[in-house]
Amino acid sequence: MALPEPSPSGRFGEFGGRYVPETLVPACLDLEAAFREAWADTAFRTQLDDLLRDYAGRPSPLTECHRLSEELGGVRMLLKREDLNHTGSHKINNVLGQALLAQRMGKTRLVAETGAGQHGVATATAAALLGMECMVYMGEVDMARQALNVFRMRLLGAEVVPALSGSRTLKDAVNEAMRDWVATVENTHYCLGSVMGPHPYPWMVREFHTVIGTEARAQCAQLLDGGVPDVVTACVGGGSNAIGIFSGFADTEAELVGVEPAGGAAVGRGVPGVVHGMKSYLMQDEFGQVQEAQSISAGLDYPGVGPEHSHLSAIGRARYEQVTDDEVIAAFQLLSRTEGIIPALEPAHALAWVSRDREALAGRTVLLNLSGRGDKDVGQMMEILG
Amino acid sequence: MTAPSSITAAEEGLTVPDAPAEPGTLETALRAGRDAGRKLLVPYVTGGYGTDWAEVVRAVADAGADAIEIGVPFSDPVMDGPVIQAASEEALRAGATPVTILEELRGIDAGVPLAVMTYYNLAFHMGHERFADSLAEAGVAGAILPDLPLEEVGPWATAADAAGVETVLLAAPTAPDERLPRVVARARGFVYAVGLLGVTGERDALAASSLVIARRLKAVTDKPVLVGVGVSTPEQAVEVCSVADGVVIGSALMRRVLEGVGPTGAGAFVAEVRAALDAS
Repeated sequence: MALPEPSPSGRFGEFGGRYVPETLVPACLDLEAAFREAWADTAFRTQLDDLLRDYAGRPSPLTECHRLSEELGGVRMLLKREDLNHTGSHKINNVLGQALLAQRMGKTRLVAETGAGQHGVATATAAALLGMECMVYMGEVDMARQALNVFRMRLLGAEVVPALSGSRTLKDAVNEAMRDWVATVENTHYCLGSVMGPHPYPWMVREFHTVIGTEARAQCAQLLDGGVPDVVTACVGGGSNAIGIFSGFADTEAELVGVEPAGGAAVGRGVPGVVHGMKSYLMQDEFGQVQEAQSISAGLDYPGVGPEHSHLSAIGRARYEQVTDDEVIAAFQLLSRTEGIIPALEPAHALAWVSRDREALAGRTVLLNLSGRGDKDVGQMMEILG
Repeated sequence: MTAPSSITAAEEGLTVPDAPAEPGTLETALRAGRDAGRKLLVPYVTGGYGTDWAEVVRAVADAGADAIEIGVPFSDPVMDGPVIQAASEEALRAGATPVTILEELRGIDAGVPLAVMTYYNLAFHMGHERFADSLAEAGVAGAILPDLPLEEVGPWATAADAAGVETVLLAAPTAPDERLPRVVARARGFVYAVGLLGVTGERDALAASSLVIARRLKAVTDKPVLVGVGVSTPEQAVEVCSVADGVVIGSALMRRVLEGVGPTGAGAFVAEVRAALDAS
């Protein structure tokens, strides 16, 4: 595997760790042991692979975008189509893994945080499939701008609880989910939705998403005569879809580029800090108070980032670009118009960067992880575009 | 899956130093109270909430507190329930920072030891040594960082020990038996027994887990064992002190402060708990 396991304390270089209330330490240790055991167990892997194939619809295709490539002035564009998974995003990979693991550990209830609602919908879906109880915390602001996903979660049998504190977005939903877990740890698994939080989450969630990179590597090899793309890019909030696709190419010459929203650029603007169980780059004020992110995309509206991204940036293996909301809106329309694919606002960030840097990228092959589809964003875009 | 990393915790610089053998001022004061037959009472006051918060601190000191926890508000208090969240948010809105709170504590002269309760990022961001030194300079004896568990406490504890600041550790009902002796060995000041599974806040009845965790801790340490989280009334304080050495009372006090009782009302509530404990 191209990306190594974290250190025994759960660190990627200086980042990561397990900064949780004492109440949760035993649960994190148990989870690490259970994951290690399950991940080495062929029966568990087969059970998960079967679900990913027969339920989620994997493998997801690799689509070459001829009209988009032409529009971008000769950047050869390949899309990894995570938008075609069941529930409409890459989130299902991780959620099926964690839900099976939770069941194996004897837990009967899942709690999750969600920003755009994609992780919440995926968790509610897995809970329905496996007959588990499910509670999803979502910032009050996000519930308003992603009302469709709120309804979907409720339809799937989950309880959706508004996070009313702070900025009332993803960061606060994480706080509420952690507070729930502190009180319910005996029967509840916290189904964290990104490569963040305390060890073993950043590692475990990455492992559940390596399927993206593994498939894409083989698909690219087939398309590119055994070669790899010049650039692999993905949007980064917490960074799970990016880590998933990076994992397939970290040991190649491919350039890895994560794209953050300018208003939530933890790597781009942050300094190291500790929140939500991990040490990582974090947007914070001069005293260490966590700042509120500002992004058009509820899924990337987060002031932190997964610790492995901080590490990949610190060692220079990946670089992180920032795009503005306006650039994202343009990219959202560009892909819809040229390829007949309406992307989620999150992966539209990665395309916005490619579009902006098209001259430098001309003649090169770019693999972009299209992490989700745009149905959930159509209402919001209708208001913006009139 | 790759082979596990060969880096050890020691090589990562994560070893946890032994706690100094000599008790500091906080532990000494609490031991003295206990040895005199007193049940220990540690109220919690959110620093920077209201213009008269320093008066609240003095009032609860005068009402019979053995030590006082001063909350330094953090943007993301994951161990706190609605009352302390609300007080923290309001204090932050009013411009409270670690610097302004410590500045005010410097002149407070409460007559009992003070321990700051905050979250780790404020210490990490300022720098361990600078934060520890600034606590010591403000006359603060102890520090409670609820998101910094035993495994991660090393770098902070080294700086705190050097500055003479006692790092109180939490012990939770979820800890297996083998873990508690390691937690209490590193705890300074007192051992903060988490009374229940959950965040800070008032509860109608004392959780049975409060007595269980207090009993388990008393069996493995002679450091003062104080139960906090979910101790809400004088009656509950008395009940838990049938086993524990004392109690921390936060949300029940801060709810009254949020309702506007002021320093006098805060002092009256603490006096009521004090009287109940003394009569028990």
